[in-house]
Amino acid sequence: MDFLNTHLLSLILFVPTIAALVILFLPSGETKLLRWFAFSASLIPFVLTLVLWSRFDPNKTGFQFQEQYMWYEAIHSTLHLGVDGISLTMVLLTTLLTPLAILASFSVTDRVKPYMMLFLFLEMGMLGVFMALDLLIFFVFWEIGLVPMYFLINQWGSANKDYASLKFMIYTMGGSLGLLLGIQMLGVLFGTYDLVALYERWNALDSGSILLGMPVHTVKTIAFWAFTIAFAIKVPVWPFHTWLPDAHTEAPTAGSMLLAGVLLKLGAYGFLRIVLPFYPVEANMFAGALAFLAVAAIVFGAFAAYGQTDFKRLVAYSSINHMGFVVLGIAAAARAAGTADAHIAMNGAVLQMFNHGLSAAGMFFLVGVIYERTHTRDLEKFGGLFPLVPVYGGILIFMSMASLGLPGLNGFVSEFLVVRGAYPVLTIYTAISMLGLLFTGAYILKGIMKVLHGPMNEEWAHGEHKLTEINTREIFVVVPLMVLILVIGIWPAWILEVINKAVVALF
Amino acid sequence: MTHEFVTNLVWLVPLPPLLAFALIVLFTNKNKALSHTVAISAAFLSWLGSMIIFWSAVTTEHFGKEPFALSIPWLPTGDTWLRVGVLIDPLSAAVLFFVAWTILMIFVYSVGYHNFGQPAGDHDHAGLPPHGATVTDEHGHKHTVLSIEPMYSRFFAFIGLFAFGMYTLVVSDNLLTLFVGWEIMGLCSYLLIGFWFAKPSARAAGVKAFMTTRIGDVFMLLGISFLYYATGTLTYREIFTEETLHVLATVPSGVFGLSAAGLIAILLFIGTIGKSAQFPLHVWLPDAMEGPTPVSAMIHAATMVSAGVYATIRMFPLLSAGWHEGGPLTAAMTVVAFIGAFTAIFAATIAVAQNDIKRVLAYSTISQLGFMIAAIGMGAYIAAVFHLITHAFFKALLFLGSGSVIHGMEHGVYHTGNHKVDPQDMFNMGGLRKKMPITFWTFLIGGFALSGFPLITAGFWSKDEILADAFVNGHLMIFITLAIAAFMTAFYTMRQITLTFLGEPRTKEAEHAQETPWTMTAPLVVLSFFAVTYGWVGIPEHFPLLGGLVPNWFHEFVGGTLAEHPPVLEFSWIPLLTSLVVALGGLGLGWFVYRDVKSQAEDKFQIPLLKNKYYFDEAYDFLIIQPLIWFSEVFVSKWMDKSVIDGILHLFGPATGGIGSTIRNYFDVPVVNRFFGDGSADATYWIGKNLRPIQTGRIQQYLILSMVVLFVVGGLVYFLLLA
Repeated sequence: MDFLNTHLLSLILFVPTIAALVILFLPSGETKLLRWFAFSASLIPFVLTLVLWSRFDPNKTGFQFQEQYMWYEAIHSTLHLGVDGISLTMVLLTTLLTPLAILASFSVTDRVKPYMMLFLFLEMGMLGVFMALDLLIFFVFWEIGLVPMYFLINQWGSANKDYASLKFMIYTMGGSLGLLLGIQMLGVLFGTYDLVALYERWNALDSGSILLGMPVHTVKTIAFWAFTIAFAIKVPVWPFHTWLPDAHTEAPTAGSMLLAGVLLKLGAYGFLRIVLPFYPVEANMFAGALAFLAVAAIVFGAFAAYGQTDFKRLVAYSSINHMGFVVLGIAAAARAAGTADAHIAMNGAVLQMFNHGLSAAGMFFLVGVIYERTHTRDLEKFGGLFPLVPVYGGILIFMSMASLGLPGLNGFVSEFLVVRGAYPVLTIYTAISMLGLLFTGAYILKGIMKVLHGPMNEEWAHGEHKLTEINTREIFVVVPLMVLILVIGIWPAWILEVINKAVVALF
Repeated sequence: MTHEFVTNLVWLVPLPPLLAFALIVLFTNKNKALSHTVAISAAFLSWLGSMIIFWSAVTTEHFGKEPFALSIPWLPTGDTWLRVGVLIDPLSAAVLFFVAWTILMIFVYSVGYHNFGQPAGDHDHAGLPPHGATVTDEHGHKHTVLSIEPMYSRFFAFIGLFAFGMYTLVVSDNLLTLFVGWEIMGLCSYLLIGFWFAKPSARAAGVKAFMTTRIGDVFMLLGISFLYYATGTLTYREIFTEETLHVLATVPSGVFGLSAAGLIAILLFIGTIGKSAQFPLHVWLPDAMEGPTPVSAMIHAATMVSAGVYATIRMFPLLSAGWHEGGPLTAAMTVVAFIGAFTAIFAATIAVAQNDIKRVLAYSTISQLGFMIAAIGMGAYIAAVFHLITHAFFKALLFLGSGSVIHGMEHGVYHTGNHKVDPQDMFNMGGLRKKMPITFWTFLIGGFALSGFPLITAGFWSKDEILADAFVNGHLMIFITLAIAAFMTAFYTMRQITLTFLGEPRTKEAEHAQETPWTMTAPLVVLSFFAVTYGWVGIPEHFPLLGGLVPNWFHEFVGGTLAEHPPVLEFSWIPLLTSLVVALGGLGLGWFVYRDVKSQAEDKFQIPLLKNKYYFDEAYDFLIIQPLIWFSEVFVSKWMDKSVIDGILHLFGPATGGIGSTIRNYFDVPVVNRFFGDGSADATYWIGKNLRPIQTGRIQQYLILSMVVLFVVGGLVYFLLLA
């Protein structure tokens, strides 16, 4: 037990990798074995995360379950892992969604072996970012997450996959340049990449001194924007968002689930872990600009979603809309740092990250379910399918309502907290964001209306194209999400308390 | 019943219908009888709990001071918790009473309306209304009869969830859970209006209802956020303390010169405008009549819309912060009073020209809600509650009655087989009093209550109180507006009754109409009982002859919500006489004009402007909806994202390529390749070529050359270095 306690994080982090390496030696023809092995292996980190959650003490400030191993001695970079309330939530989201995504991938028949391996590598990359307490390690995992996703889109994607995967890769890499430079600058200045050490030293910097031949203020501003743009691309914030609809739409179903469910959170997490703690002054100064971009994402995201005719693109744009609320919360917290408003907004932002992970993964999965059967995502080609697939229809309406932020389900709680926190500090922006919230309703209802309601499209009613009901495996994928969505909507305190304590300690 | 027991009962009241929803959706949906049993049992349990609570509330002394309240911490927010809980004070107890009754009646009525016990339809599909079934009787004759709703169980699940939302809203002690109930009802009304989702009109109506009310909801969310920020709480009893209200009333909000309280109240009130279908967000309610049944129509016309008024009454202390009885209205109150009065008369004019039996009722609902809103705006919140409750009873009665009429007419339609006849058009009816006596008498009671038929009906007492309040407090404009609206109400109600029930049948279908089963008529009877008697609990103390015979219980009880002894209005003859004249005059005129009308052509009130509802739908579509769709589909999706942003991104490709090829074409190729690379080769070649002539192979020449070189080098060394 002692070993478990001291190595919990590295176990969660590297079990997927070990599993992926084992898969390498499994026969590639045995698809059933490969699937079940990958699925079972991905359950191990999830179970360990539950252990982690139960042993985590929200009342302690700072990082828990820390582990530190020498990694690159010459530049004083260590494999330093640790979690606080914010990263713990994200780790839970990742380890929860990965098995579900793998279960959702059981219908993949093409090159199952590399597919499953890529998923497990992807899980490691994402987990690494959330656990890293060393900036260089943070960057390494950040990039590691990129590669499997590139290949997943590029090899298993739909028609326009080459364009989408390239755009995704180049765009994110472009952002990473600033990230790498910013990290290097910190490393050069302080001789360490350790976050915990940097937190202490950085803010003690005398603002009058000269760094790298420039005033501290200028250096900080440059570094602030370098980080901010990198993370803004990942979130994505308007106008850096156009890679997202392409990547999400072309990715295989499970890829979209993780892309929307977890990968977008990496960007928001970067804001929380790096931008706000290191650049409180700059963040405060530029909070208005950030809020502007967030509100643009909320409003234009909603409008663009409404304007789509492709079901998956519609859902993809909804992510931009929803992640806008995360950034709005972050901007409000930056503006009002240290006040109750900041805490409320930040609670909302982190919870919104988790909530969007659940509902977006669910929505993408449901789009995938119908795409797999009809081989089309064109909203005009559906219509009136509800009587054919009543169970699927019910689930789709439930998930849509979660996405819409219906009170009683999870999205409402987080959106309410963000709006409440942002209202007093960014009143006008918050008021404008309501337009986005209104149109969220419009595009969600458009989706339901075009797919389930209306006169039935007879093409799917008979013959070889007859639409079949969602099967048991698929229900198993979506039920955990639905349960969590409902539980958080009714009783959010269990997760919000963990977040809240960390947020109060940090900001 | 101890105080504690009842308090614990309060939070249990909303749960049975929610449980019924879950049970039906997950388990019993295949079994229709079991599904409705589950749903009705749940509604009954909630009704029972509500009655116990109501009775305990009524029998508790000084209940306003010691309500049933319970709360728990719900959301951690920094160092504090946001608490939510339940509260039954006199206001919510009174509202709970009518909610419990109407919901139970709806549940029972639905069994009959959806043709339980009838055979399954020949060609019925989920998503479309039942089309009837063919049966063969013992003589071998084939008949078309009504068929059971294919989505029977689903309907009960939805109304179960709906009931949960309504109960939650009523028992909430704070705005947040009120909003939760509010939105759950919004979802249910979307699902119920669009219940026959395969019909494009029903589908569109559902979306329209959801979106229109959502406009109000987002403003309400802002109001809630502002209120939460300004007071640090969302619990009514913590907000409505004197200090908090005083602060809110004096702090400027910075918007239109309103106080914080005023701005919050208006933001919250916009939510009500949406939910209670007030001008200018009234457009959804008439379309909501696409709902499968008067049952669902009634759910959101008589119950859900009440929620909006209830919320505004709840927020009355905020709305009136800074106002004192008899003083000038606050800015927020003026807005509310204006919207209410305007809606009351505006909707009444439209109702006069409608032919669909349900649409008349829909506009009448909008108009009556305007009465209540106007009353709140004038500060007469007790009168508003009174009218809210009496209206809920008689409007529920009328909607269920109209459903019964349509059902009877459908029977006639199946009998004749002429499906072109619209069973909802009043001009196809006439003379139904003989065919459907129970429906007729109960509808008559409801209609008279709506018109404010003097002394007997509940509607008279509540409407009279609003008019009296307006007059005595000197709000003359509102008084006149509402009086005219009341006159029109009586007129169109009598028009409806005359066209539907009186005279002779105008079609064969009406001749063969049939009274509906007991599951439908029994609720009508129960509701008509309340449509009459509920008025008697609120007879003003100073009313001539009758006043003081029974105590004005309603005024004392509901008034106790905010004040120990609510001020009593002094009596005045003018509003009373006005009430009498407009009610009797309107009814009389309605009968006189329509007693002999044979067809739609003879109706003088078919004015296009009114018939087309002042073209609001068309105007909204042209001015708002189409531009927004264009903005979404063309501006944002095509231009901004695809052309501009992606256009810029796609420039990176060519730009990078351009830089690459420039470097290649202007540096790599000419300088590196041609000049240095090829150039050095060329030079070597040239040198080699030119030196070739001296490579002759003759030893003598080589010797001479080497001698020359030696000589030159030796000379140079000698002269340059040694000399």
